[in-house]
Formats: sequence, structure tokens, C-alpha cells
Amino acid sequence: MPGIPMFRLVRALPLLLGAALPLAAQQPAPAPAPIRVPFVMDTLPNGLRLIVHEDHSVPVVTTYVWYHVGSGDERPGRTGFAHLFEHLMFMGSQHAEYPQFDRLLEAAGASNNGSTSNDRTNYYEQGPSSALPLMLWLEADRMGWLLPTMDSAKVDLQRDVVKNERRQGVENQPYGLVEDAQPGMMYPPGHPYSWTVIGSMADLSAASLEDVKDFFRRYYAPNNAVIVVAGDVKASEVRSLVRTYFADIPRGPAITRPEIPAFKLARDTFAVLEDRVQLPRVYNNWHTVKVTDPDDAALEIVSYILTGARNSRLTQKLVYDLQIATNVTAYQDGKRLDGDFALFATARPGHSLPELQRVIDAEIRKLADEGPTIRELDQAKNSLESRFLSALESTTRKADQLNAYYYFTGNPDSFQAEIDRLRAVSAEDVRRVIRTYLLGAKSVISVVPIGKPELAVRAGGVVP
Amino acid sequence: MRRLLAIGYWLLAPAASGGLAAQVTTAPKLPPPPSLKVPAVEEARLPNGMRLVVVPMHEVPLVQIVLTVDGGARQDGTLPGLATFTANMLDEGAGSRDANALAAEVAYLGASLNTSADWNGTNVSLRVPKRSLGPALDLMADVVLRPSFSGAEVKRQRDLRLANLIQQRDQPTAVANLAYNATVFPQGHPYHRPIGGDSVSTSALDSATVRQFYARTMSPSQAVAIVTGDVTLAEVRREIEGRFGSWRPAGPTATSASSPASAPPVPFKRTTVYLVDKPNAAQSVIRIGHAGVDRKHPDYYAIQVMNTLLGGSFSSRLMTNLRETKGYTYGAGSRFDFQPIPGAFTASADVRTDVTDSSLVEFFRELRRIRDTLADPTELERTKQYLALRLPGSFETTGQVAGQLANLLLFALPYSSLNDYVGRVMAVTAEDVRRVARTYIKPDSVAVIVVGDAQKVQAGIEKLQLGPLVLQKP
Repeated sequence: MPGIPMFRLVRALPLLLGAALPLAAQQPAPAPAPIRVPFVMDTLPNGLRLIVHEDHSVPVVTTYVWYHVGSGDERPGRTGFAHLFEHLMFMGSQHAEYPQFDRLLEAAGASNNGSTSNDRTNYYEQGPSSALPLMLWLEADRMGWLLPTMDSAKVDLQRDVVKNERRQGVENQPYGLVEDAQPGMMYPPGHPYSWTVIGSMADLSAASLEDVKDFFRRYYAPNNAVIVVAGDVKASEVRSLVRTYFADIPRGPAITRPEIPAFKLARDTFAVLEDRVQLPRVYNNWHTVKVTDPDDAALEIVSYILTGARNSRLTQKLVYDLQIATNVTAYQDGKRLDGDFALFATARPGHSLPELQRVIDAEIRKLADEGPTIRELDQAKNSLESRFLSALESTTRKADQLNAYYYFTGNPDSFQAEIDRLRAVSAEDVRRVIRTYLLGAKSVISVVPIGKPELAVRAGGVVP
Repeated sequence: MRRLLAIGYWLLAPAASGGLAAQVTTAPKLPPPPSLKVPAVEEARLPNGMRLVVVPMHEVPLVQIVLTVDGGARQDGTLPGLATFTANMLDEGAGSRDANALAAEVAYLGASLNTSADWNGTNVSLRVPKRSLGPALDLMADVVLRPSFSGAEVKRQRDLRLANLIQQRDQPTAVANLAYNATVFPQGHPYHRPIGGDSVSTSALDSATVRQFYARTMSPSQAVAIVTGDVTLAEVRREIEGRFGSWRPAGPTATSASSPASAPPVPFKRTTVYLVDKPNAAQSVIRIGHAGVDRKHPDYYAIQVMNTLLGGSFSSRLMTNLRETKGYTYGAGSRFDFQPIPGAFTASADVRTDVTDSSLVEFFRELRRIRDTLADPTELERTKQYLALRLPGSFETTGQVAGQLANLLLFALPYSSLNDYVGRVMAVTAEDVRRVARTYIKPDSVAVIVVGDAQKVQAGIEKLQLGPLVLQKP
């Protein structure tokens, strides 16, 4: 699934409930007011950046810290380490020893969590506005003073927890094996996205206390972090609290990352996985573009037109007309350095994956040839825009989004810019991005019931 | 390049470790917590009996409507899954539009419309930008009042559900939950059977059955619309009355009050383990518990505190023990499922296969400890504050406010109970916690469901002598 990070604790996927502004095509209404999420930004001498957004509607506050380090920064033999490290950030620091972090926050009515993706690791605390000084103090203590109380017993314990997280999400999950197979088929060896965020069991076993110290000193420095505080607070007071708690944390070394050479998938690749599943499922993945590329929005619209709604092309065809699939899902997963487009469909009983693949291929080709109707395009835009209004209701979602926009674009308040980018996509853009990215080489993974490899899609075309 | 990076870091490291002295060394004293501003609730009733509950929230130009019609899956009768299926069919064609045209129109308006049923009612929810409220409400009225239930669409959805039921068998957590409900609640109790139906009941669904269920459950006098967001009561009344004012029931309707008396759960004479075999499973999915308690019982607040302390927060005993101390699981917890017909008390975790028996030992240790000893004062105070102080955060979004109100309405509780909440929670004592643990947690008569690799875990579980073990094939 798109950018779904590993969490310290089970967390439901955020629901992107619909609520959008209809385009003027049918109802000549005035253009909606642009979305603004006002903020003030401050940079401390040690390089720490602070972004504050005041929202006084409810007496709550969220502190969201993003460290600009993710699984993409891991070294060979240590996959899964960034996420394991995330777990260790909750294991106590010099002045707030384990298990004070959770206990102090709970006593203040606040909840917290962290998550890791390919590109970043983030941490939040959310609670009544009165808890803000505690949130900031705890974040400061683990940013500056994590190592004095770190030991290998803590590493061993969280290694076990993370392995359990992996079992729950991969080994014991139907179709979970795909997660391990996919990155290596989509990215060349050594590419930061060529391994999974959760990592391999062997690499998790290999992680050491020395690795933890190295990683902390290199990446968990104020100059590699951004704090967003959003909620019922005064920006000036937040600024002064942040300076009190964080100013003495020394700047870390400048981080330089190797240039990642551009690449293309040379040819289609096929894999067949036998799993304890009743129904076979086929995954298609294409190499596309990073999140800031202008084509990212067009690809997002393509995914909607294919599978975003009940009347989307592939959903309608596979699930409701031909009734040969139980579901079909597509998404553009634009990350910081690069991106991919994923599509998967599950066959109904009695149907094989080549049957599904033929329809998928034909519908994508057809959309490339004919383009979407205006109505189809408008539906996609209106529906996709809906997420923005919903995000504005929650200080936590706003705080996370301000951080994401700042990291990826340099401007925290890019809400309206992202809407504008979606609105600008034309029918011709849709055709062009399909031709450019989705008619070329792809990876195809078939997951079939054990002993039923004949249900898979194989090289050499999808002859039945 | 990565080697070069490493060298750069070592050169800088000594300088970086120089100034680590000035951190504030104790946790800050916090100002008093803000009090909850319980939102003002406005109400109206249409002449046909439909009730409107409105909370204006003008921060974002968005409106959320949750229409609940009392009834739901408790009315399934002989066909489990009928209520959820009927709800699912509401938007598969309605008014003049077929299923596709309806979905297209809703999305074009930037709205989202969801139909569902739970044990207590049928829910239709609409979330829409303010400026599209009128046209979106037209569609919502079609879905509620004029669903097509065409034979072709019913067959289509029925076949899809049959395929999804097959897929469900691959999900260990789904298998565990179904087995748990079927064990804790006896035959004849509504929760005994799957709310989503089974393959037999689903195969029997047709257009006539769905129409009948719709006719006997959907009525304006049983309907409440909770509206939150960028609206006023007058506006809501006008917009809803114009579309739902002519709604009349098709005939006498069943309500929860007229529900058939359900078989009460019979306490287990002794703890019994049900092992559902899943060969080669990497983990065992564990569910432990029994029937729960009525939401309106005066012990409710003490139970909430007790359960939060046991397994309802990150610092809770089950999480601390099974995850943070033993490393057996990614997460362990417990909950009481409060419903008008009480749901279950359940403790749960997914644990590594080779520590399935050890995990059960720790579960039972905690279930007994909370009954046997008084909670530590610090632990109790933290738990109470966690429950009390995070309440304001539950009223931030239109969806959260609607959810809070829906929960009060479900139990016919006054809105003022929100104002009492903090005081009632803070009044709970360590003795209360121990008393409600003894009353509502019965480790000697629980059902234990384990979905896992029987070959690897059965012998270890049997050695614990928790009670008889029943081996089941999924």
C-alpha cells in the first residue's frame, strides 16, 4: 500500500473520507476560497527547525517531529534498522528513563506513536494543550540524551517486538510475502528503495548496540529534524519552550547522501509465490516518478480512474461486469527520490490470474488510446480533492502534512498548491503518463494457493 | 559513498559530544488542563417522527450527516448477515440511478456516502463540502427512501460477498473473532452468528428477502440524523424536511424494543480452550474472555478505569508484560464491548508460535493479579488522568463529535453525562478497581481461542491445564 509506514504500535490506516469541492462544470458556483494553513517558522542556531500552526477551535495540541532519515538510509545487511531505531526512541533517555515516556504522557492525557517510511521517521504526541511543555521536553531529552541509558538489553527486547510486528504484518498475513519480493523487482540492487522498511529477519538479528549509537549520532541531530506544533497554543510561547529545551543539543554532522543514479526497468519480470491463500492475486508494478514530479498528480488521477470508485474502469469491469475479481486496487506511490505505481487484483473462485491480467492490460491500453471523458476526469479531481478538507479538521493531520510538505517541497503550506496541481491535469496528461509509464516494463507477481502454480501470470504473454 | 559518510561522521563526533550538559533535567510542571467545552447540541423532530440532532461547527466548510435507523443485525432472524447486506444494497442503485451512476454522482459532488449496519441499527452517512449539501442530500434521500434492490444487483452483491467470505478464511484474526463470538455467545444469541453472514445464509439472499427486511426495519420514527459541521439547526431542518418529510413507514416496523428475546450468555462452568488449527502459522492469535456487562451499570466508570489499567493503554499491564517485558507480541490489550445487548470482555494478542503457552501464562497472571491485589496509587492516578484528560481530543472533528453523540443516543444517555465523565472517572478508587475486576473478570470460566499451528502449540497449552481443550479445523 502507498507509503504505509511501519508503526511502533498497531494503528489503523488513516481514512481519507470524501469531501471535495465540485468543479464549476455543472453548478456555476463561485470558486472555493483557497485553503491556507498559516504557520510561523523558526530555526535554532543548532539547525533545528520549528513550525507552529495556531488552531484555537479545540483545546488540544499535537507535537510532530520528523527526522529526515528512513529505511532508504540503511546500509547493506541492516535492513529494517531505521524502524527498529524508531522503537528504541521510546526506551527511555537520560532524564526520562524507561518507561517514563509513556507514563508521563498518559498522566497528562496525551497519546503518542511513531512511524517509519523509506524517507523519514516521525513521532507525535497528541493531547490537551496543557501537555505541550511535557511533549517538548520529552522530545528534547531523547533527541539530545538518548544514548546514556541505551543498552543491548533494550535493543534485544525491541528487536523481538519488531520481529513480532513483521510476523503479524508479513508472515502471518495472507499475501504478505509479496512485500518482501516487490522492492527488489522494482529497484536495482543498492537503490535505497530496493529493500523493505520492515527489513529481513536476518538483518534484524544482526543489528547491534554499536549500530544504534552510530545511527543516532549521524541522523538524530537537531539539524536533521523538524518539529511542527499545531493546536491551541501561542506561537511565541512555543518558540520560547522549544529554545529552552532544545537549544543546548549540539548540531550534528552535515549529512550528505550519495547521488542515486537514474534507472529504467529493462524488461517485464515475473515471480510466482505459493501462499496459504484461497484465492490467487496478481500484482503489477511500474516504475514511475517521485512525489514532487509534475506527473505524480496525473498518475494519481489515473489510479482513481482505474480503481478509485465503484464506477472506475477496472473496478466496474473486473468486479461488477465480468465478476471475475473480488477487488482491484491501484495507487501511485511517489516517494522522495523516486516512485512506483502499483495495481493488484484478486481472482474470484474458478478464475485464473491470466484472465484478470488480460482485462487489466486491455483497460489500461484503452485509457491510453481514448483518454478519460471530461466527466470522469472531473469526478476524479473532485473526489481526490476531498481529502484536503477532511485533513483540516484534525490538528494531528495538519501537523503531519505541514511536515511532509516542508520536507518534500520546502513549503509547509502546500495544501492549495497540491489541489492546484491536481486541477491542472488534463485528459491529454492522463494519456501521456499512461503511455510513458504504464505501457512499458513492469513487475508481475502472482500469489497462488499452494500447489496451484498454473493459476499464475507468466512470461511470454498471458495466454491462458 | 557510504564509507565516506562514515569517515566524515567519526571526524565530527568528538566535537558533537562536547556540550551535553544543559538539558532541563526534570519533567516540567504542567499548567492545569483545559476543561472540555461540550458542544451545544440542538434538536428538532419532524412531523413524521424523524429526529434531528445538530452540532454547528464552522471551522471547516464541511458537513457530516449520520442517519441511524434503529434495528440492525439484531433483526436478522434466521438469516445472519441480512441487515448488513440490506444496508450494503441501499446504494447499489436508488431513485432514477443505477449503482454506477449513483457512485459517479456522489463522487462528482466531492461527497462520500457510506451505508452499513451494526447490531443496533442501519447507518447511512454522508460527508460533503458545504456548497454541495443540497444535491448530495438528494442522493442520500434516494438511498434511504428509494433503493432499487434490483434482482440483478442483489445477485451481483451476493456473489461478491460469497467470494469475500472465502477470502476471510485466510485472515487469522477474522477466524479468531468469529470463533470467539460463536463460543462466548450461545445459539440463539444474536452475537453467536457472524454479522457479515455465512455462506449458507448468503446463498439464500434475494431481492424479496432484502425488500422485506427494509420494509420491516426502516421507519422515520426510528430514525435519528446527527448533523455536525458548517450548518445551523434551521438550515438542517429545512434541507432535511424537504427531502425526508414525506417518509412514511411501509408497515409496522420492528425495533430493538420489539427484538426477539435473546438467549442470555451462560457462564462457562470452567475455562475451556478452543484451538483452531492453522498449519504453519507464524503466530498464534489469542482471544480470552466471556460475556461482558451493561453500559448503564453504575460500575461503568470503574470498569473503564480497570480495563484501561489492565489492557487499554500503552502503559497497561498486558502491554507492559507481554510486549515490553517478554517480547512475545507486537501488542496486547483488553476491552469491554459496550452494546445495548452487552458484548464481550476480551483480552487479545497475536504472539509468536513458540511462546503461545508462555503467553497464556502471562495473560492469566494479569487477569488474576488485577483481581487479587490493589492497584498501585501512581498507576491508578495515571490511568484515571489518561481517561479524563484526553476527552477534549475526542471532540475535534465533525466525525468524532457525531460519534460521541451517536454513542450517547444508542444508550439513551443524556448529553450531560459528558460533563459528569471527568468527575466520575476521577472518583474511582483502588478498591473499586479490584471489586469490578472480581465481579466482571472470571479467569476460571473464560473461553480461550487460539488460532495457530496445533502441531506446535497443542502440547504446551495442554500442559498448562487451563481446562479442557477442543481442537477445531477452521
